[in-house]
Amino acid sequence: MARKLLLENINVPGIKSFDVYRANGGYRSVEKALKTMSPDDVMEEVKKSGLRGRGGAGFPTGMKWSFLDRKSDKPRYLVCNADESEPGTFKDRFLMEYIPHILIEGLIVSSYSLGSNSTYIYIRGEYRWIVDILENAIAEAKHNGFLGKNILGSGYDLEIYVQPGGGAYICGEETALIESLEGKRGNPRMKPPFPAISGLYNCPTVVNNVETLATVVPIINMGGDEYAKIGVGRSTGTKLISACGHMNKPGVYEIELGLPVDEFLNSDEYCGGIRAGHTLKAVVPGGSSVPILPAELFYKTKEGVARLMSYESLSEGGFASGSMLGSGGFIAMDETTCIVRNLWNFTRFYHHESCGQCSPCREGTGWMEKVLHRLEHGHGSMSDIDLLVDIAKKIEGNTICPLGDAAAWPVASHIRHFREEFEYHVKFPEKVAHSPFAHSADYKRELNTVLQ
Amino acid sequence: MPTANTMGTVQSEIKFSEEKLKKVQEIISRYPEGRQKSALLPILHLAQREFDGWLSVPVMDYVASLLNIKPIEVYEVATFYTMFNLKPVGKCLIEFCRTGPCMHNRADQIIDYTEKKLGIKVGETTPDNKFSLKAVECLGACGYAPMAQIGKFYYEHLTEEKMDKIITRLGQEDFNPDNKYEI
Repeated sequence: MARKLLLENINVPGIKSFDVYRANGGYRSVEKALKTMSPDDVMEEVKKSGLRGRGGAGFPTGMKWSFLDRKSDKPRYLVCNADESEPGTFKDRFLMEYIPHILIEGLIVSSYSLGSNSTYIYIRGEYRWIVDILENAIAEAKHNGFLGKNILGSGYDLEIYVQPGGGAYICGEETALIESLEGKRGNPRMKPPFPAISGLYNCPTVVNNVETLATVVPIINMGGDEYAKIGVGRSTGTKLISACGHMNKPGVYEIELGLPVDEFLNSDEYCGGIRAGHTLKAVVPGGSSVPILPAELFYKTKEGVARLMSYESLSEGGFASGSMLGSGGFIAMDETTCIVRNLWNFTRFYHHESCGQCSPCREGTGWMEKVLHRLEHGHGSMSDIDLLVDIAKKIEGNTICPLGDAAAWPVASHIRHFREEFEYHVKFPEKVAHSPFAHSADYKRELNTVLQ
Repeated sequence: MPTANTMGTVQSEIKFSEEKLKKVQEIISRYPEGRQKSALLPILHLAQREFDGWLSVPVMDYVASLLNIKPIEVYEVATFYTMFNLKPVGKCLIEFCRTGPCMHNRADQIIDYTEKKLGIKVGETTPDNKFSLKAVECLGACGYAPMAQIGKFYYEHLTEEKMDKIITRLGQEDFNPDNKYEI
């Protein structure tokens, strides 16, 4: 069995409650940090651990913390990003729902290091029942002296509040999240200034993902150097992967970074392989925004090297033949999947979720959705395929926040790797118009017949 | 006294109970002095739950008055976030996820089936005002697809048989969106 750090005690009955969590070693990191370490010591351990942001971007957490303006006389804030909305991603939900105290514990230690006295968990509004779970965990922690005034006699004060969002993917972007937390529309801000200088209420702010902050707990317990020994290269530690799609055992798994992708998808310890009688067609390994990989490029890089579940290995080959680990939202698709329909669906999502601030994204995502809709329904032309690539290029890099890029990457990669399937939709409009799913399994054979 | 709002439907008087007003004050106290606007989203959720599952203009105006902000500041937020219903909805609102991973696992068929069974389309409400259907984007339940949110909770691994049971059970008079129903 692989090593578990976050989900080690997930099967202990009653682990949701403070007493059971504490009896199983919970809140040790708070005692260690507040009694024996300075705030900077905590940050040093996080830096040494090599922990990278688990929300999707993979930016080194210790470095992000070091940017926080500690000289300012304004209050400093830590905000926990629990606005998990990237299609394919449901790992933070799992952690908060089943072992909420690990997040609260991580928040206390992190807030202590950053000097935040009011920490907010911004959770997506749809996770309504988890708001209750977290508020209950916070109340328990407070009752036991781990929150409130003068925690464990250290002189450090902290309150944690849970803030529900309103159903907007864009609020997972840190500056949109801050706007939303201030009671406004979730329109991302121009950077700079970065939140580390001017974030929530124009005060220095760090925004970190749920899993990132929970991971601070094992890092403090074992020490940053020990943590950094787990994993491979610059992908240190463990990562939660939420696996879904056409596999036997979808769910949330904690893996040691560096696990071979083949083992993750096909072994019984993890996803248990593609559903019986079917074969893998494509994988989106890190949430809907990252480039799609056809099965052959998923298992092995273009150079024939077996891929690993790590930041570096999944992005090997750049966007031409690689992808990204992203948020860990792992979507596997078998041969019955229509790639054009999948892309149309993803693009509709980005069109729906664009905040509307930047024209390339607001207009471009809508155009791409319309063009894909007509291709999928048998009304497209060959020039539409290039038109899509062109629009995607014009969105990418031309918007305030990365939602534009997130919308453009799937379009570029779906067409790059599955162009034939788009062409098939143009050549056989009668086949695709009425049965969107039935045609995709044998499109290659039929397309070859025509081309010959 | 009931008042007619801009949608032409009748709503009872718009005022939180004493208990809810206390909750409003508790929420406002979470933010620094002068930053009470931060309470807007939590209080809109509270208002939507309290006033028949949707936000009418008078309800939004009431929320503005509680937070001492301009009504337009509430409208611009309520229209941005998809969880806020700006039209009346039925007692039981079924929100289906339609995004990628759910779509790959029969979400379209389940939505179709439910539309036919209730005789309404997504975005509509049954004439008896019992059910409304809504299609939403990814709810973070991709591994347990297809799924829908009903009230506070998620209903996952949906099948046609499960939808039948849900409609029978949640269509009853005593339906409470804050309850979890075992189906």
